[in-house]
Amino acid sequence: MTLDAKIPEGKLEDKWKNYQATSNLINPANRKKLNIIVVGSGLAGAGAAATLAELGYNVQCFCYQDSARRAHSVAAQGGINAAKNYQHDGDSVWRMFYDTLKGGDFRSREANTYRLAELSAPLIDHFVQQGVPFAREYGGVLENRSFGGVQVKRTFYARGQTGQQLVLAAYSQLSKMIRAKKVEMLARHEVLDIVLIEGKAKGVIARDLATGEIKRFVADAVVLATGGYSRVFRLSTLAVGCNGSAIWKAHKKGAYFAAPSFTQIHPTALPQTSKAQSKLTLMSESLRNDGRIWVPKRKDDGRKAKDIPEEERDYYLERRYPSFGNLAPRDIASRAAKERIDAGHGVGQLKNAVYLDFKHAIERLGKDTIEERYGNLFNMYEKITGIDAYHEPMTISPAAHFSMGGLWVDYELMTSIPGLYAIGECNYSDHGANRLGANSLLQTSIDGYFILPNTINNYLAGELGAKHPGADHPEFMKVESEVRDLIKKILEVYGHRTVDDFHRELGKVMWHECAMSRNKAGLEKAIVQIKNIKTEFWKNVKVTGQANEMNTELEKALRLADFIELAILMCTDALQRDESCGAHFREEYQTNEGEALRNDDDFAYVSVWEYNKGDFKLHKEFLEFEYVQPTVRSYK
Amino acid sequence: MNVIFKIWRQEHAAVEGYFKTYEVDGLTEDMSFLEALDHLNETLVLINEKVIAFESDCREGICGQCGVFINGRAHGPHQHITTCQLHMRSFKDGDTIVVEPWRAEAFPIVKDLVVDRSAFDRIIQQGAYITAKTGTAPEAYAIPISKEISERAMDVAACIGCGACVAACKNASAALFTSAKINHLNQLPQGRPEEHSRLLDMVAQMELENFGSCTFTAACEVECPAEISINSIAEMNARYIKAKLFG
Ligand SMILES: Cc1cc2nc3c(=O)[nH]c(=O)nc-3n(C[C@H](O)[C@H](O)[C@H](O)COP(=O)(O)OP(=O)(O)OC[C@H]3O[C@@H](n4cnc5c(N)ncnc54)[C@H](O)[C@@H]3O)c2cc1C
Ligand code: FES
Repeated sequence: MTLDAKIPEGKLEDKWKNYQATSNLINPANRKKLNIIVVGSGLAGAGAAATLAELGYNVQCFCYQDSARRAHSVAAQGGINAAKNYQHDGDSVWRMFYDTLKGGDFRSREANTYRLAELSAPLIDHFVQQGVPFAREYGGVLENRSFGGVQVKRTFYARGQTGQQLVLAAYSQLSKMIRAKKVEMLARHEVLDIVLIEGKAKGVIARDLATGEIKRFVADAVVLATGGYSRVFRLSTLAVGCNGSAIWKAHKKGAYFAAPSFTQIHPTALPQTSKAQSKLTLMSESLRNDGRIWVPKRKDDGRKAKDIPEEERDYYLERRYPSFGNLAPRDIASRAAKERIDAGHGVGQLKNAVYLDFKHAIERLGKDTIEERYGNLFNMYEKITGIDAYHEPMTISPAAHFSMGGLWVDYELMTSIPGLYAIGECNYSDHGANRLGANSLLQTSIDGYFILPNTINNYLAGELGAKHPGADHPEFMKVESEVRDLIKKILEVYGHRTVDDFHRELGKVMWHECAMSRNKAGLEKAIVQIKNIKTEFWKNVKVTGQANEMNTELEKALRLADFIELAILMCTDALQRDESCGAHFREEYQTNEGEALRNDDDFAYVSVWEYNKGDFKLHKEFLEFEYVQPTVRSYK
Repeated sequence: MNVIFKIWRQEHAAVEGYFKTYEVDGLTEDMSFLEALDHLNETLVLINEKVIAFESDCREGICGQCGVFINGRAHGPHQHITTCQLHMRSFKDGDTIVVEPWRAEAFPIVKDLVVDRSAFDRIIQQGAYITAKTGTAPEAYAIPISKEISERAMDVAACIGCGACVAACKNASAALFTSAKINHLNQLPQGRPEEHSRLLDMVAQMELENFGSCTFTAACEVECPAEISINSIAEMNARYIKAKLFG
């Protein structure tokens, strides 16, 4: 199969309009005859499900939590970008497009990235209309803040709970369509496989997590909106239930996986403090607007932060990147922290952290202003660590946070399987090799609200006259029995090690070899290690309880089995890319100053992987830059 | 550190539940309460027992998925936090910790510590939205909203839907939850056109779901992780009268 991104004709700023003007439509009477499955109820999933239902389609929407409102979009703190130029500081669609493309180190498509910027302003209008209480100024106008990697203020926010407020708005709209009986919500249902008939996506097999029942669901198209898979590292800022299972199963059925190893490591999470730790809590990047990051100049300095005089502090981001300083993009800030920590300047209990200090900001702006801006983050910090950050600097540390990689999709957000779409964080679309802060709530939302509802018609128009297989079609029976067999197989191992024990082992390998910095020998070793983990898992994992009941241990085991396989692909991908770009830093490819050395001659493509019976075949989607010349991504 | 957990076990809604005692060692003060339960579950697996079913997802106090009764209090010994934000440093070595699910007729038990809170979803479905389709929004600046109104809306919009208010209330009332959503939307200009029907429909659904009535004990506001004040209920009641008169 060839990779056709289906980029529309015309000038960059006309492409989306041209697409809309020429794609197939379906009349309202016919939309009622079509069924769509949406897997996920985050901003991408809930936005898509509600909007498709408003258009008249019949939608079934799935989530593994007990309520759609809990999708992990809820945890986003900092904000959402839009090129509104309300601050009159020189922002524009073009600048946002450029910032995003450059932020991603020129590893995404111009057309997609431009569309992201173009649709950002109407999205804010949409959320305001839906009742999102965005921060406002006294005059009643909307307030903005700045995020890493940009020099304008284009980030909209609702205190430190932007994701929560957006996802609750999406959940409200979804609830409206549930009441209207256009959406059937299947909470506590985990999708365990995709069903293809004659090569097209026609449904899913899901497990009812409350009862263990395995069910078949039929549709005319399937949309995956299952979020990020960074929990492959175990310790991450993702929710404990976040998984890569649905996209992994889709991959094994033929959907191509793009840039799986591109993972964003966030610079400002709370450091790990114990071995039993189950997740890492993010402290919003917005804190870097006013907080200053430093470590002691002296190695292994045992003094308390307050006892270290100003001249003995190394504000290393301000030193290395004077024009962006503490707001350097995430990949750069994380790597700089790792460099200092590895060089022996780390602070905190396990010497695995750096300071984020508000002393100067409080002196300059007053405690009240800081409290108003970040009060809930300071409270959260105190709840977790017992430390009052108004008086002592926070300790922060890098953590796995976001998957730029995901299922390969074309301009219409369709995967390489006809009728199977991937939207939100689970696809590879606009962020390239590094995502800018506050661009993800944006991407997931516009995928769900604005893009998919305009592109899915183009495919469905062709399905109107097609046969509609029932749930008793042999292919459904076959996939269902494969799912049952897999569950049976996992339960029958009944070995000696817990699922979490395997997950910790996998996480360690991935964190050491496939996170902030990578090298050939390490990745080769990691692949061997992960294959061993896989063999050992299937010989020695132990899950108690039954298949036909609520069984949280079984849920974890099924997710981990997929993570283990995905991890092998991630390392394979990182090994293949003999360059450094964005979050992908290969130690062999760096400048004398330790900055990433990109290689556009050989790697100006997206690595797209096809599953091939346990092995992976590489395809290349070459990126053409017509409007912007890739430059060295410098934040100096 | 070592503690003794007395944990509610119940296979499913149709059978009787009971407390079971577990002596757990190897904990540290830095562990979160849920990590202590994870640890206990791992030891149960290794001695061939079924794990204790409990819920959590974000583990940072925002998704509202976690929530158990700990030593007689919703979300444990502190005010205004979720179960996942509780750390073992809040307990002493050797403590006995009693853990139960939320108890309310409207929240039937699914298994062990897991309850069914879908009644909350059904209340939301009865009008906790603004009826406007995607694609119909006017320019955001077309609706100026004063900072004060916006902040007040945000105060109540912060509800995480965990159900602690219901669990903490001796009447198992859902008034705090319902009022928070109503006051969020009815306060904003965008929510005005549907204010009365929204309020009446949501309150009617709340009553249908077998939640008890509010007698203003204020037990809910003490536990609410989003610190929503009981004033929200008073405000809802005032709006209710208005809706009945003019709605
Ligand atoms: C802590 C944190 C803070 C962040 N802060 C910001 C920020 O400030 N700004 C920003 O722009 N971005 C931020 N991000 C990133 C952003 O929040 C996410 O990328 C985005 O919300 C993802 O949305 P989504 O709809 O794709 O996925 P999610 O919201 O994760 O939703 C996934 C959905 O899929 C469902 N699901 C998953 N697997 C299955 C399955 N197998 N079967 C059935 N259902 C399934 C889940 O139940 C859920 O409903 C942050 C991310 C994190 C983790
Ligand atoms: S797990 Fe999300 S609030 Fe506790």
